[in-house]
Amino acid sequence: MDTESTHSGYSYHSSRSGRSNRHGERSRERHKASSSKDSVRSERSVVINPPDSPSQDSPVHNGEPLPGEPTPAADHEDDAQDDNWGETTTAVTGTSELSVSQEEVVGLGKEIQDRTHSFRRYLPLAVGLCVGLLVVATPLVFLLLPGLMWPDRLQACGAACEGLFLSISFKLLILLVAVWALFLRQGRACLPRVCVYRAFLTTLTLLLTMSYWLFYGVRILDAQDEDYHGIVQFAVSLVDSQLFVHYLAVVLLELRHLQPCYSICVIRSTDGETRHYNVGQHSIQRAALSILEYYYRDFSLHNPALLSASKHRAAKHLAGLKVYNVDAPGSTAAAQPSNGNQSRAMVTAAGKRKDNAHNELYYEEADYERRVRKRRARLVVAVEEAFTHVRRMKKEDENATPSDIMDVREAALAIFPSMARALQKYLRTTRRQHCHSMESIQKHLAFCLINNMSPKAFLEAYLVPGPTLQYSPERWMADQWTLVSEASVTSGIKEGTEFLLKCLDFSLAVTVKGIPYIRLTEEYIDPKSHKFLLLLQSETSV
Amino acid sequence: MSFIPGQPVTAVVARVEIKKLRQDANLILGFSIGGGIDQDPGQNPFSEDKTDKGIYVTRISPGGPAEAAGLKIGDKIMQVNGWDMTMVTHDQARKKLTKKREDVVRLLVTRKSLEQTVKQSMCSYPRP
Repeated sequence: MDTESTHSGYSYHSSRSGRSNRHGERSRERHKASSSKDSVRSERSVVINPPDSPSQDSPVHNGEPLPGEPTPAADHEDDAQDDNWGETTTAVTGTSELSVSQEEVVGLGKEIQDRTHSFRRYLPLAVGLCVGLLVVATPLVFLLLPGLMWPDRLQACGAACEGLFLSISFKLLILLVAVWALFLRQGRACLPRVCVYRAFLTTLTLLLTMSYWLFYGVRILDAQDEDYHGIVQFAVSLVDSQLFVHYLAVVLLELRHLQPCYSICVIRSTDGETRHYNVGQHSIQRAALSILEYYYRDFSLHNPALLSASKHRAAKHLAGLKVYNVDAPGSTAAAQPSNGNQSRAMVTAAGKRKDNAHNELYYEEADYERRVRKRRARLVVAVEEAFTHVRRMKKEDENATPSDIMDVREAALAIFPSMARALQKYLRTTRRQHCHSMESIQKHLAFCLINNMSPKAFLEAYLVPGPTLQYSPERWMADQWTLVSEASVTSGIKEGTEFLLKCLDFSLAVTVKGIPYIRLTEEYIDPKSHKFLLLLQSETSV
Repeated sequence: MSFIPGQPVTAVVARVEIKKLRQDANLILGFSIGGGIDQDPGQNPFSEDKTDKGIYVTRISPGGPAEAAGLKIGDKIMQVNGWDMTMVTHDQARKKLTKKREDVVRLLVTRKSLEQTVKQSMCSYPRP
C-alpha cells in the first residue's frame, strides 16, 4: 500500500521480521495458550492473530496483541487493513510455516541460554566455596604436616600451644561461619561484569594464602623446623590475617553502600511513572540491580493496552497527511531545500488539522471516566452482595445439613459467578483483564474468605493496579534487562550519571543526583526565656 | 487625629463640661473609656490610626450627664481638667476622671467631624 511507505517510520515488514527474533516470543506463546481458557468467559469473540499478522495497535508491544481484546475501532481497522494487504502486496512474507521454523530456532537458542545461565548463576557460589575451603583447610594442614612428616624430631610444647590450639579452633569456626554468612549465599542476580571488590578480595585472599604457603614451604618444610610452638604461632597468624581480610570484605561489600549519598530518579519510558530512591556508593551495575529490585516492588504493572490511545491519535494524525514527491529528486543541493519545504508544509498542514484533536481527547476522557465509575459502582455492589451470601461456620451451625457446609475452595466457587460478570466488565473497561486469570481471582477470593476480609479488601486488588511483583511472572513483560551506559558499568555512580535499563517493551531512564551536603547549626534557647505580654483592651466606666 | 512623631500634636477640639451625678455614694459621669498606652491600640474600633494609644469614649449611658453635656461615642479625650490624656495609661486616665473632690470635669475632646466642620467653615468664607 502506498500509505505504508510514508507511515510514521514504521513499516510492517521490518516490524514482522524484528518481532519474531526476540526471544521473549516463546514465553508469550505459552502465555497465549494458557489464557485461551480465559476467553471462555468473554462475551465478544476474541481475535487471536497469528504472530506475523500486522496489527496496528501493538507496534511496540512486540508480539500478537493481548488476548484481552483490542478495541473495536482497532478491530475494524485491522480487518480493513488485512483485506487490503492480502490483495495488493505481491510478495507474501512470513507464512505460518516460516514462523514456526523461526520459533523453533528461537526455542533452541533459549535452551542453550538456559544452560549457560545456570552455570553463570552458580559460579560465584562455587568460587566462594572453593576459596572458603582453602582458607579453612590451610591452617589445619600447616599444623598437621610437621606431625606427619617428622614426628620424632618435633619439640612438644605445653600449655602455651594448647592455648593456641584453642584459639585457632575458635577462630576457624568463626571464620567458617563468617564466610558462610557473607559469601555462600544465593546469588541475587547475574550482572554483566565481575564485581571489582569481589575480585579484589578473592585475589587478596589467595595472595595471602599463597604467600603463607610459600613461607611455610621454604622455612618450615624444607628446613624441617622442629619448633612446633613457632609453627602453631605461624598458623594462628594466618587465621588472624584471614579474619581481617574478612572484615575488609564486610566493610567493602556490605557497609560501604549503606550510607545514602545519591538520589536516583527512575522514569519509565512508556507512561512516565517516576520514582526517587536514595542509594549509597555503588557501581553502576549494582545500582541498576537495586533499582530493578525496587522496580518490581514499586512500579505498577506495565500495561501496553493503556498506551494504544495515544498511538491511535498519532497514527491518525500522520495518516491524514499524504505527501507525494512528484518531482524526480535532482542534485543533492536542490533536494535539501525541497525536503525542508516538504517538512514545513507537513507541519503547517498538521497545525491546521490539530484543531479537533484536543476536543476529541477531552470528551473521550470524560466519557471514559464516567464509564469506569459506573462499572465500578456496579462491581462494588455485586461484590458486597456476593459476600453476604457466605459466612464462617459457627458452633451452632454444626447441626446444619452437610450439603451446606463447604470448605473455602467450594465457597469461593459458589459465590464467584455472581460477581464474575461485573468484575470482568470492569477489568475490560480499565484494560486490565489480561492481568488476572479466573484461577487467580478464585484463589484471591479464597484467601480473602479465610482471612475474614471485607468485600472492599477483596476488591482493592482489582481496582488499583498493583506492583509488578504481585502478578505471576508471565504477565510482567519485564524479564530480560539490558543496561545501556556510556560509562563503564563497574565504575561508581556519580552526580550526573545517566543510564538506561532496557526491557523488551519499555525502558527505565535513570539519572543520578547527589544528596546535598547538609550544614546543621545549633541554637540554644533557655527554657526560661519564653515570656509573653498580654495585650488588653479594657473598658472602664467612669 | 494622626500624629507625626516628633511634632506637636495638633487637633481641633471641642470643650465639653460634664457635671458629675451623685449615685449611691459614687460620683459618675455616665460614659466608658477605652485605650491607654498600656493597651493594645489595634483593637480600638474608633481610632483612625490603629497605633493611636489615646483615650477614647467607648460607650455613653443614655440619659447620663455625659450625654447631656454633648459627649459623643468615639470621641478622643485630649485633656481632663488640664491634665493631658494623650500619653497616659488606662488607670491614670480613670483616676483623673474619677477624683472624688471634683464635681465637674472639663474635657477637651476631638472628633473627625470637628475637623470637617472647621474646613467647611473656612472654605465658605473666602478671604478678601
